[in-house]
Amino acid sequence: MALQCEWQLCQWSWGHDSMTEYNAKKCTLVKNGRLIDPQSNTDKITDLAIYKSKIIGIGDSIPANFKAETQVDAEGLWVLPGIIDLSAYLREPGLENKTRIPYETYAAVSGGITRLCCMPETDSPIDTGAVVKLIRGKVKQAGFAQVSMIGALTQKLEGEQLSPMGSLKYVGCVGVTQGWNSFKDLATLRKCMEYASTFELPLFLHPLEHSLMEKGGMHEGALATRLGLPPIPVAAETAAMAQIISLVEQTNTPVHFCRLSTAKSIHLLKQAKKDGLPITADVAIHQLFLSEMDLCDYNPLCHTIPPLRSERDRDALRQAVADNTIDAICSDHQPHEIDAKLAPFEETSPGISGFETLLPLTLRLVEEKVIDLNQAIAYLTHKPASLISSDAGTLQMAKKADFSLFDPNHFWQLDAEKLLSKGKNTPFSGWSFNGKTVKTFIKGKLVYHETIF
Amino acid sequence: MLPGPLPSSMQLTDEGKLKHFLTVEGLPPLLLEEILDRSQQFVALPDKAQVQAPLLRGKTVMNLFFENSTRTRTTFELAAKRLSADLVNMDIRTSSATKGESLLDTIRNLEAMGCDMFVVRHSSSGAAHFIARYCAPHISVLNAGDGRHAHPTQAMLDMLTIRQYKKDFPPLRVAIVGDIKHSRVARSQIHALSTLCTGETRLIAPKTLIPQGIEKMGVNVYHDMEKGLRGVDVVIMLRLQHERMKTALLPSVREYYARYGLTEERLKLAKDDAIVMHPGPVNRGVEIDSRVADGPQSVILQQVTNGIAVRMAIMSMVMGSR
Repeated sequence: MALQCEWQLCQWSWGHDSMTEYNAKKCTLVKNGRLIDPQSNTDKITDLAIYKSKIIGIGDSIPANFKAETQVDAEGLWVLPGIIDLSAYLREPGLENKTRIPYETYAAVSGGITRLCCMPETDSPIDTGAVVKLIRGKVKQAGFAQVSMIGALTQKLEGEQLSPMGSLKYVGCVGVTQGWNSFKDLATLRKCMEYASTFELPLFLHPLEHSLMEKGGMHEGALATRLGLPPIPVAAETAAMAQIISLVEQTNTPVHFCRLSTAKSIHLLKQAKKDGLPITADVAIHQLFLSEMDLCDYNPLCHTIPPLRSERDRDALRQAVADNTIDAICSDHQPHEIDAKLAPFEETSPGISGFETLLPLTLRLVEEKVIDLNQAIAYLTHKPASLISSDAGTLQMAKKADFSLFDPNHFWQLDAEKLLSKGKNTPFSGWSFNGKTVKTFIKGKLVYHETIF
Repeated sequence: MLPGPLPSSMQLTDEGKLKHFLTVEGLPPLLLEEILDRSQQFVALPDKAQVQAPLLRGKTVMNLFFENSTRTRTTFELAAKRLSADLVNMDIRTSSATKGESLLDTIRNLEAMGCDMFVVRHSSSGAAHFIARYCAPHISVLNAGDGRHAHPTQAMLDMLTIRQYKKDFPPLRVAIVGDIKHSRVARSQIHALSTLCTGETRLIAPKTLIPQGIEKMGVNVYHDMEKGLRGVDVVIMLRLQHERMKTALLPSVREYYARYGLTEERLKLAKDDAIVMHPGPVNRGVEIDSRVADGPQSVILQQVTNGIAVRMAIMSMVMGSR
């Protein structure tokens, strides 16, 4: 009831504003686009009115006296809520040889991503307010995609002492993680969980049992044996998951599992959800398309953590996406300088440069009839938003005008060298896609528009 | 230049000739026969072979050993010299790699010095494929062992040895005993044996030393030495690295020898005319009893002699493919 009152109040106040004045210079009207917003269950051809940074009207609710100086013709285009990407590695500070923030945040908006979560594994991990502020300054200066930071769970990510999570929360971190690093022991993990939940910081945990993993490895099985690469068993993920789930039962602390890769993990996740535990999980988009078979000729571009699993595992992940067991899809964007991949497989750095393929690949799941369009957009927008306690990822009255225009009839082929990201490390070079982001707006401001070559 | 897949199909030219020798896997049986036939010719040649076979005169061969080795390196060296090639030995462990130079830069630099063939040993699986993919097109790469992946010249010299004693492969039962999990030799032997249509290949080891999914390579796995040796024609013992005791793969040398050591009694379970092979260096009293290693059924030293011939054959074949 209270919520409804607030809503009416809000409408009234906007309505009131509209009666008095609309500076046409600060108005934008997006006309005749197909607005797809899973959160509000909208899918129709309509107009979108933006005043300053916010949406003030959709279709009939656009105030009569709204006159926009900027009019965007979106006929034949889709109007999509801005994508929220749960995992990206921006490499600053410390790894500037790989890339810099402006390149990556620009690459993000070119793929329709308006907000991304930056992982703390930089060469001076995000474990203090100072690093958070440093990154925030660079992001602001660049002026492209917005960045939410996921702070380090332990000091220097060493897995021993608690990071100052209270301060990290205060300076705006949306969650905490240990990344790919291990914990000293389970007692430390338990304390980390309890302390993080004290400040209601979402916990993003990669289920990795390090003693079962080797550097430069791949999924354990006949192919790893044939290639002579160090095997990483399924249990490296499920053993860690099982331990974390036990601690969630013990402490009732919400946990989000990052980048699940195996069928068995999905089984554990389902069971935990059925038991009513506060557990969520995401999957990296490449895990839904690639498998260990893509490594059969040592392709270092397919070197990832967790490793690409069997085709059976991939199908189980797809099934979990289809039946909504999974809570979000992310790019797990890891740009690398080319030298990091030009070496024998075991010596290459894991990771895929993923911003620019996140939306195209997710929509390919729709083409392949794994999920429907509404589901696909939801996985990239309001679902991940809710995991970082954000109300973004939807196109509704009074919300921030973060959205993109997508041309569904634009047929194109990915060329790794033409990626806007400094990381050209994608295994999807040569893949063809139907549809491309042509314009991206953040807080009502155009931050990207496609230039035709 | 962009990173990408390293297909093993690149070891053959468009005409199906051997350009690089990286792995036995996927090579046609006729090509393996050709390698064995040529090797046999070199075995038959008198000692001063270079007088008759200056096949590599004017060519430069570089031995790039990123991992230590005595036997393999020496036999490659002798093979190159007997074919009249110029040879450079590079011990990379003590030079550029430790100063932080990337593998690709090392290769570029050596290329610039002008050479025709790289003989590569490296601790990473797929390293030879990587060098073959990114080196200058006129260079041939021979894999002298990459990680746990392949050691194809060793496998071919083993096949030559088997053929010398057993003639034909289809009626044979071959047992490979030891640390299969970490062995590139075993993997290459399995591929060679299956390409040559060997009747049965058995692997014998405790479960900690058998990698997952190895049965898919067409072998039968035994954990009991006595059962596995019964009725075999060839016993190939693998070297057991002492480090394996430290990583909880095996309890002790003593227990390994008690369960999996090749003793005279155990050898009696194999066929009477079975031969015993070992890629060397032999750990006496760990995987094999001295009386077996030096016994009448041992062909270990013949393997070493064959090693030179096989490497001469392969070097002449890759140089002839141009």
